[in-house]
Amino acid sequence: MSESAPPPPAAKPPPSRERAQQARRRVLRTILLTGGVMGAALSGFLPLVYARTKRLRPPGALDEKDFLSSCIKCGQCVQVCPVQAIKLADLVDGVGVGTPYIDAREQACDFSCDAVQCILACPTGSLVYKKPAFLGVRKGAKLAAAPILKAKEKDPEPTLNLNERIGVARLTRPEACLAIQGKGFKGQVRGASFTGQLRYMEVNRWKPIRVAEHPYDVAECDLCVRECPVKGAISIETVFAPDGTKRKSPVVHEPCVGCGVCEMICPVEPTCIVIDAREVWNT
Amino acid sequence: MNVYLKRRFFDQIAVMFGREAKKPDAIAPAAQKIHMHKRGNRDFIGEKLHARAHAAPIHKWRNRRWAVLLVANLLFTVSFWLDIQILEGALTASRFVGFHLIDLNAALQVMLAHKHIIVNLVIGTGTVFVLWLLLGGRTFCSWVCPYHLLAEWAEEIHLYLVKKKLVTDQNIDRRLRTLSWIVFAILAAATGYTVFEAISPTGILSRALIYGPGLALLWVLALLVFEVFFSRRAWCRYACPIGLTYGVVGIFSPVRIKYKLDSCFHEGDCRKVCLVPHVLDTVIKGRAVDTEIPIGPDCTRCGLCVDTCPTGSLSFDVKGLSKLL
Repeated sequence: MSESAPPPPAAKPPPSRERAQQARRRVLRTILLTGGVMGAALSGFLPLVYARTKRLRPPGALDEKDFLSSCIKCGQCVQVCPVQAIKLADLVDGVGVGTPYIDAREQACDFSCDAVQCILACPTGSLVYKKPAFLGVRKGAKLAAAPILKAKEKDPEPTLNLNERIGVARLTRPEACLAIQGKGFKGQVRGASFTGQLRYMEVNRWKPIRVAEHPYDVAECDLCVRECPVKGAISIETVFAPDGTKRKSPVVHEPCVGCGVCEMICPVEPTCIVIDAREVWNT
Repeated sequence: MNVYLKRRFFDQIAVMFGREAKKPDAIAPAAQKIHMHKRGNRDFIGEKLHARAHAAPIHKWRNRRWAVLLVANLLFTVSFWLDIQILEGALTASRFVGFHLIDLNAALQVMLAHKHIIVNLVIGTGTVFVLWLLLGGRTFCSWVCPYHLLAEWAEEIHLYLVKKKLVTDQNIDRRLRTLSWIVFAILAAATGYTVFEAISPTGILSRALIYGPGLALLWVLALLVFEVFFSRRAWCRYACPIGLTYGVVGIFSPVRIKYKLDSCFHEGDCRKVCLVPHVLDTVIKGRAVDTEIPIGPDCTRCGLCVDTCPTGSLSFDVKGLSKLL
């Protein structure tokens, strides 16, 4: 063949030094921005990995890992709660930016909505009445029976549509407990400035009022038992102290769902009874 | 759609994912004729100077858009504070008078992380998909996203500083946005946590407006500072995966900006105000492949170019509707 090979395509002129430098800087800037965005993303994620504090989630919450993956952080649960028990976590809370939690000591869930509205509001199934089949139920998390709401006890359907507990109440400071000391309580629980609300059936069936507006006068303190919204979850029992003497003491029972009303209402500072968030019932 | 527009249609999708806009390979004869006609035409230049002298700045679409954006976001706040239950939730997920609405990108993150989809999620996502399909995809960005408004104000400061020669706009590779979309999708699936949602300024701002401010706003502030002093509209242009998600919806949307070649003076004012100037490459002299061109899917339909164009060469258009009317 006499035909010569086709001429090579005209090579692009090599980029000027300035151009090359500009391109290099752009790559560096791109890497910088990538690093910044990824760093920020990790700053939201790492506190979760190393999270030491367990926060109470709203009723019906999936187990923590599933909860974090499914929560879309919209706060619809916050909006429907009649006592504003649910708050959204901030950056430093270490429980996931924008995810809901309950600080029971400040404002517990008292089920004054009667129907676990937060579960109904959740659009992604992070809060559920009943878990889908593929998600396992931890041993002791499942309630033996549907909890009976004291407020609805006389209704044809007195139970709450709740399958699992969100925590369990525990007497952490028996030495300070007024009931154990045989003491009474008179006055405003937690002082006049306390903003927490509770539904008092004898005051208003439908509207929770501030705890500060409802002073107590009891000869022997039993507020945690008295205000517990769930039937049979806690009672005052006669127990024997190590020295053999008879004492009265609050005792938590299996129906406890972990709502936190006892923690909120305990008049001792700091509280004698707390909710162990996400704890299960151990017999 | 003729062959030239079809080629451009796919070209613009590639441009959305980060490819540089480049000169078209082939131009329709009708458009070629106009390009030829404009070359060195003295009447045309005179007309251009005349129009320039009489051009008055208008902010019709910008004002409408800001009003819509503020109303949409405040409706969330008002619904909660006054308990009127019109729009409950936040931008990531909400109920509009009871109907589920779920942000597409947030829904995607949740689906990838949780690997389980409940009915409400599907309903809400479907509703929002259809809504933005009809309204223009990235219309979400400029007409609803609260970060977009803050970024627009930051952009004003940035442009002022640029004019004073105190800062320069450092552009960044646009492929980064596609990369961040992929990385956050993988992170969600691998860690089982919606990592992006923790830093999404859209979500953070929306929640701050409704439930009160938090420390997470510092991240939003950091982004704005970066945009003011370093790179113009960096988050929306180069990083935000939400924009890409809605951009993909916008591929099929009938609402878009339409460009008319014959009246255009090719001065490039539209490109100067545009958040995504790569979609307006077609207005560069000699680049338009046809006489009328729909602007690509990455366009946020914000209308700044429509406001700024002195000749009305750029206008809002609803595909099919203008034929009907």
